Amino acid sequence: MKEYKTDVLIVGGGPAGLSAAAEAAGAGAEVMVAEGDLHLGGQLVKQSHKFFGSKDEFAGTRGFEIAKILKNEISQYGGRVKTFLDTTVSGYYPDEGAATLMTGEEEYFRVYPRKVVVASGAQERLIPFPNNDIPGVYGAGAVQTLMNVYGVVPGKRVLMIGAGNIGLIVSYQLMQAGVEVAAVVEGMPRVGGYWVHAAKIRRLGIPILLRHSVKRAIGDVFVTGAEITEVDERFNPVGSPTEIECDTICLAVGLAPSGELLWQAGCEMKYVPNLCGHVPYRDRYMRTSNRDVWMAGDVSGIEEASAAMIEGRIAGLAAAESLGYKVKAEKFEIFWARLKNLRAGEVGDKIRAGVAQVVVDGWEAK
Amino acid sequence: MELINSHPVLDFSHGKKVSFSFDGRDMEGFEGEPIAMALHAHGVKVYRHTPEMRRPRGFFCAIGKCSSCFMVVDGVPNVRTCVTPLKKDMKVETQNGRGSIDLSAGGVA
Repeated sequence: MKEYKTDVLIVGGGPAGLSAAAEAAGAGAEVMVAEGDLHLGGQLVKQSHKFFGSKDEFAGTRGFEIAKILKNEISQYGGRVKTFLDTTVSGYYPDEGAATLMTGEEEYFRVYPRKVVVASGAQERLIPFPNNDIPGVYGAGAVQTLMNVYGVVPGKRVLMIGAGNIGLIVSYQLMQAGVEVAAVVEGMPRVGGYWVHAAKIRRLGIPILLRHSVKRAIGDVFVTGAEITEVDERFNPVGSPTEIECDTICLAVGLAPSGELLWQAGCEMKYVPNLCGHVPYRDRYMRTSNRDVWMAGDVSGIEEASAAMIEGRIAGLAAAESLGYKVKAEKFEIFWARLKNLRAGEVGDKIRAGVAQVVVDGWEAK
Repeated sequence: MELINSHPVLDFSHGKKVSFSFDGRDMEGFEGEPIAMALHAHGVKVYRHTPEMRRPRGFFCAIGKCSSCFMVVDGVPNVRTCVTPLKKDMKVETQNGRGSIDLSAGGVA
């Protein structure tokens, strides 16, 4: 079995991982990025919309363009950043300091990193309803992959479940791709996403059905329709269900952090609803309770790609610094300020309260 | 193939078209793109049947995390077709149950 050594192993080549790679390599560290998909950029590559937020985090730039900017940034470090595509980190063994990786389905190898940054992202949530396993019930990210990355028509008529930002943005993107959206169904009494996104799809004539939920998917082999129903404040069905004709039910019901490697690394974890799942305790440098392991992005709590990129920069820089590479201390101050700025105001309430539950002053002090 | 022909924001650049087989049928897809994308473009939505209930499954997450899109590819079962690149003359088959490995062929010792 092949073996490699590296200063910093970065798990995941999305916005957080690429940002971590840029900072760690910029400080002088040898970096290895393992990406499970066939391309770098993570979920950025399927974001055809322009980002919000601050100029520092590429507001006004489309997601897939941001992926290109990050790829260019790491390419300037030449051989100091090695990227492995179609490569999954399947295990981490803290006692041996070894990670096991596989490229494709057959080729296995080991990496002995001095430090690890886990930027493994998140996975799509599923909600329970009869027939939710049949083909045609797809995660919102999967629908984006089909149409925005590979240009494949995901279906003819889509029922969107969830009126958060993802549900709203993907509904709009479906219309751009020429696919009909039957309706957006949302269990809560209000739209969860930004008002501008909701306004855009309402203007296109797509109904947003609040206090509604999907009762079951219809179809023997694949989706041919869905039954939806009005619900009360306890999400119990009210009245008789309505049948919607559709060949795709798109679930935009949230994401859960992909923290498997952090569990394996023995990181102290906590269930934080505001961050959408089990996440590690961390200091301000994104270091976990395992002194060799940092994390960044959705695996540290579900948030936007803008925040993931800053967390990545912090984690990458801190991992390099711990190995003795010289870094400018004021860089951390700048990144922290940018993160604070992103999380300011009412929109950031939920995240700030979530992070407060898992942030520690410093591992020595704890 | 059902592809998006015009898009206000995105330009799609596909690679070389190659032929492959799905359950014995000849199909075409783009080399290097995931197998599942080529199948979906041809309207193929069922990729396997579950081991116990024999429920049909297609893809779900499209990023290699959920195991829904497992198929038998060139005789190897449980291949994540949403992240496995298509190659010329690949033999793609619907997976029934857990799939089996031919030990006599020396695949796994």
